[in-house]
Order: sequence, then C-alpha cells, then structure tokens
Amino acid sequence: MHELGIVMHVVKSVEDVAKQNSVQKVVKLRMEVGEVSSVVPELFEDCFAWAKKRTEFLTDCELELIIIQGISYCKDCQNTYPTTEYAKKCPHCGSINTYLVTGNEINIKDIEAI
Amino acid sequence: MGIKVVEIKEDILSRNNIGAKKIREDLKAKKVFYLNVMSSPGSGKTTLLIQLVNYLKKDFSVGVIEADIDSQVDAAALAQATGVKTIQMHTGNACHITCQMSEEALAALGTDGLDIVILENIGNLVCPAEFDTGANENLVLLSVPEGDDKPLKYPLMFEVATVVAITKTDVAEVFDFSYERAVSNIHMRNKDVPVFILSAKEGGGVKELAEYIKEKAQRVKEGAV
Repeated sequence: MHELGIVMHVVKSVEDVAKQNSVQKVVKLRMEVGEVSSVVPELFEDCFAWAKKRTEFLTDCELELIIIQGISYCKDCQNTYPTTEYAKKCPHCGSINTYLVTGNEINIKDIEAI
Repeated sequence: MGIKVVEIKEDILSRNNIGAKKIREDLKAKKVFYLNVMSSPGSGKTTLLIQLVNYLKKDFSVGVIEADIDSQVDAAALAQATGVKTIQMHTGNACHITCQMSEEALAALGTDGLDIVILENIGNLVCPAEFDTGANENLVLLSVPEGDDKPLKYPLMFEVATVVAITKTDVAEVFDFSYERAVSNIHMRNKDVPVFILSAKEGGGVKELAEYIKEKAQRVKEGAV
C-alpha cells in the first residue's frame, strides 16, 4: 500500500505548481498510470480523496487517471504484445528475451485551474 | 475567470531515478561501494548481513543503514555482532526507500572514510523494486521457506536484482524446495544474474557471496567503475 506515499508526493508537487502559477484552485488533475506500474487505480483514488481535503488548492479537484497499456517487446522476433496477458513470455515465438516498453508510468500530466 | 491548463509532465519514477543517479555519482567520487539488500520480511537479511560484514570488515571499512517501519532491533543486533558503524532509519508508514531517504540516510551515517555502505531495505518484495536507491548493486534474498516460485510472483524484484542469494538452506529438508526450479525461475526473470546458495546460520556459501561483493567493492575503491 504505497499509493498514499505517492499521492502525498503528487499533491505536494501540484500545490507547488498552483502557487507558482498564482491560481485560485485546481479543478482537475490528470495523471498517466501504467497498467503494470505499482499503482492500483482504486487505491490511488481513495488516497487522493483523503489527501485533497488537507490541501490549500485541491479541495475540489477531480482526479482523472489515464491508464496506459502494458506493452512488451520481444528482442528475438521483434514483435510487441500485451504484457498483462502474456507477462515475460512472447506469445509470437515463446522467447523470454523480452522487455517492457510502456505500462510502468506514474506521470503527472497536467492540471486545470481557475 | 476561465479555466487554465498547466502542463506538468512530471514523471514520478524518473525524478527518483535522477536523484539516484546523483547519489551514484557522489559515491563514485568518494570511492564508496553502495549495496542495497532487498527481500521479504523474515528471509534472513540481518543474519546474512552480520556474516557478510564480518567477512568484509577485514579488508574494508563498512557502514550499515538499517531501514524499518519502526524499532531499533536490527541496528542494535548488527552493531553488537559486527562492531561497525550502523544507523537505524525509521520509515514510518512508508513501505520503500526513495532516493531522497537514501540520500538522507547516507548523510546521517557519514560516508567519509568508508569503503562499503550496506542498506538493508524494508522487508517487502513489491515497492522497493520500483525505487532506485542509488546503490551500485541490488542483492535480493530468496529464503527456502518462501518457496521456489517467488520469482514468478514478484517479477520486478528479481528483474532489478544484480545478484541473488538463496538463503536458509539449513531448513531445506523440511520444505519442498527445488534449487533447480528456483534458479530457473530467477533466470527466467533475469537471464544472467549470479545466484549464490547459502546458509547464514551454518555459514555455508556465505564466503563465496562475500568474495563477490569484495571484488565489486575493490573495483569501486580503485576507481575502476
């Protein structure tokens, strides 16, 4: 359960950005979360709902999580495949000589503020 | 007043990675080898470290950072059994060490005059794998009672490992544990990672792992890496 730690970090970053941009309040926060990152969206949302009440600019902020699909690349047959379905083993050629291309992201994308 | 969009584009993990890179550069300049030790709770990190440190301290000046949610038991046990400089870091409710915590702990320990710093990370096979601490090597432990299928269940931890130790071989008789399966599962995640099989309690295999670490530390000490 490390979502809370990440949420606290995100909230602090966004509060800093809000201050620097002299906004009144942040109404929306968009984040990109990879399918195979260590963030569980539901837990992240719950933690965010708790944390935003304790902020200066984010009390009415809506959180939008954009889920990024996990895609792996096979170095042997040079194909890509969905990671959550096949994990380490390439479904095209059976090799485990593969690596994750996308899906590990935890990014703060942007905010909407007034 | 209209709504204004402010792009942030902050990548949480890459920010940690940048911090970790800085730690690595600072330690390189000071010729300090930094070892991050990770595993499940109860897989024998502290017991193994006591044995390892007692080998390493003959040739190197060693310092240890113990990280736990709470208590001083690990630092106290290690300091008493090895006599090396040890600090206990409390992480509160955090389940992993970020590069910032790692940097603060290194400063609190004081790296001047040290050749090797060992960080005993929080016992957890999930989150610590995501956060680079700035260490030169990640030693991951897999204890016999945990089962030989652990690398399949916690893939990332075994992917970030640069060396793996299978511990508690002294209790292997009681468990249905296959070394062959374990090594094959580890290598499925991390093709070329070296695996050491040992018992910290009885001492078998610890020396080989200590020699491996000594060789890595020696290269850092000589400024070769």
